[in-house]
Amino acid sequence: MGVPVFGVLAELLGRKGGCARGKGGSMHMYAPNFYGGNGIVGAQVPLGAGLGFAHKYKGDGGVNISLYGDGAANQGQLFEAYNMAKLWNLPCIFVCENNGYGMGTSAERASANVNYYTRGDYVPGIWVDGMDVLAVREATRFAKQLCVDGQGPVLMETATYRYSGHSMSDPGTSYRTREEIQEVRQSRDPITSFKDKIINAGLTTAEELKNIDNEIRVEVDKATKDAKADGEISLEELAADIYATNLDGPVRGLVSGDTFKHINIGAQVNAK
Amino acid sequence: MWSHVTPRCVQCIKNKSFVRPFHKPSFQGKSSTASQVSNRKQITVGPLQNRISNVLQQWTRSYSAHFTYVPDTVPSSEGETVRMNLFQAVNNAMDIALASDPTAIIFGEDVAFGGVFRCTLNLQEKHGKDRVFNTPLCEQGIAGFGIGAAVAGATVIAEMQFADYIFPAFDQIVNEAAKFRYRCGNEFDCGRLTFRAPCGAVGHGALYHSQSPEAYFAHTPGLKIVMPRGAVKAKGLLLSCIRSNDPCIFFEPKILYRSAVEQVPTRDYELPIGKADILLEGENVTLLGWGTQVHVLREVAQLAQDRLNVTCEVIDLVTIQPWDRETIYNSVVKTGRLVIAHEAPLNCGLGAEIAASVQKECFLNLEAPIQRVTGHDTPFPHVFEPFYIPDKWRCLEAVRAAVEF
Repeated sequence: MGVPVFGVLAELLGRKGGCARGKGGSMHMYAPNFYGGNGIVGAQVPLGAGLGFAHKYKGDGGVNISLYGDGAANQGQLFEAYNMAKLWNLPCIFVCENNGYGMGTSAERASANVNYYTRGDYVPGIWVDGMDVLAVREATRFAKQLCVDGQGPVLMETATYRYSGHSMSDPGTSYRTREEIQEVRQSRDPITSFKDKIINAGLTTAEELKNIDNEIRVEVDKATKDAKADGEISLEELAADIYATNLDGPVRGLVSGDTFKHINIGAQVNAK
Repeated sequence: MWSHVTPRCVQCIKNKSFVRPFHKPSFQGKSSTASQVSNRKQITVGPLQNRISNVLQQWTRSYSAHFTYVPDTVPSSEGETVRMNLFQAVNNAMDIALASDPTAIIFGEDVAFGGVFRCTLNLQEKHGKDRVFNTPLCEQGIAGFGIGAAVAGATVIAEMQFADYIFPAFDQIVNEAAKFRYRCGNEFDCGRLTFRAPCGAVGHGALYHSQSPEAYFAHTPGLKIVMPRGAVKAKGLLLSCIRSNDPCIFFEPKILYRSAVEQVPTRDYELPIGKADILLEGENVTLLGWGTQVHVLREVAQLAQDRLNVTCEVIDLVTIQPWDRETIYNSVVKTGRLVIAHEAPLNCGLGAEIAASVQKECFLNLEAPIQRVTGHDTPFPHVFEPFYIPDKWRCLEAVRAAVEF
């Protein structure tokens, strides 16, 4: 499960080595068992309920995890999904990654109830310190076991923080102070606090961690280089995979010459 | 980046020798006469300073992406003007609306700090948190809430952060807002409601930050839909929409937010909804577009003059619904040829409605089939954007096809 670094970077750059062949970009990364990022936030939660239903129906012991933010937590479709999931006891873990801001709007200014783990109404919820690596792991383990035991759905709120802006058009400082960002970075950063924890527990040394850092840096640098050098997909893929069965003939759009043949590429991950 | 790919149409146009000689001897290639915004005459008399700045204005173009922005000029009779770009003009219009109408309110996602595109900059500070406020991330809620407030007497300006996000609100807009007055026999209405949404290709928006959804809403009677081509038009049109007694959707081409710089009148002014603008007069082909596409078509007209020896009449539709039938029909009757260009996909785009209506009303005047240059019938792509948008070469190819029919 998951996508290697090269796949992610190539996808960001729109290259063919990307996990979605460069067609999706930053918001639409897909991989086996990973049903995507969503540009339209909140849309993934009813999707998750459906995936959970499929697991239950097929009896494969699978569990669905749907992640969304504190901003998307106010989308109506989430509540529709919670209701269906609870009604039918679906093995779904709904995870609200509460970083305190829906782009430029703080959680307090967007939600009447900022205890996102309670927003599932009859769906039981767990509050987790999202900045603590081990807490998140244990909570997920617990939630997964609940679902596997047929006691799903579960809602998990992981309290975290966003250092940078939401996107390229958001500097990240017009709605909060730099001091706030600095403070979180110094006191609650998940990586540095985990590092301190394991060093203090004598499980490793700073030296060893530095080596890991360096190895990963080399790996990421190589992946960056490869991604930049990778080519884009060819123009023929403009009209690829719109339909499973294209009944319409060539895909139109322009006056003359540039009609595209609809093609289907590759095998579907979820094909029967 | 794409130099190794040359679609047939581009090869054809770029190499003039491939252009076939005209069959119709009646073509004379008359010179086109440029006309300004709203067909006003150009001012030539005035202090030297003004004359120099007017000339500089016309010669200064900001180049971005697939088009060159051509600013509108306003005559001195419009009063004092200030240099503004599109988002500043939109901001100014909303500022005036809130200052002149105590019931006017603005809300949407992240509007308080100024919004993703800075259209609401400083409005909360100036007019108060009770009138300019953030909503949670819930488009359907925003639309329904806006309808309710408008029904109760507020003048509502509701922002959809991107036109691509308008679809959760589609039910409220189409089933509630559009039909409110009709279904209760005029007993109630939500007329003082305007939705604003940034739309259109921006170079890197991909599937969900580039859409032009005007056709979905044009298919709904009861709504008025407007898309400006620049700052001057935007201010006047937005004020008209805000003050209109019918629910309006105001689409703002996001790629123009910073590049559309013009001298915009500082006063409170409105521009008519439902009236198209003839930007360039011509004799041989009518080129019709809206929003960003208008600037592409201006360049196409020049290319057509240079390479095909035909003059084009460039029309900005301005209002998508109701679209200005009279102006379009008159133009097609004159030229006999129509090329419609829009970024939205071909199938059932607004071009289809216009083409169907024009062929019915102007059938005997048509010299060639109506050409549509549009996005492909695919979702708006990520890496293929340069091949998706109806750029000047594709539009020129359509002009050639119309002219050589």
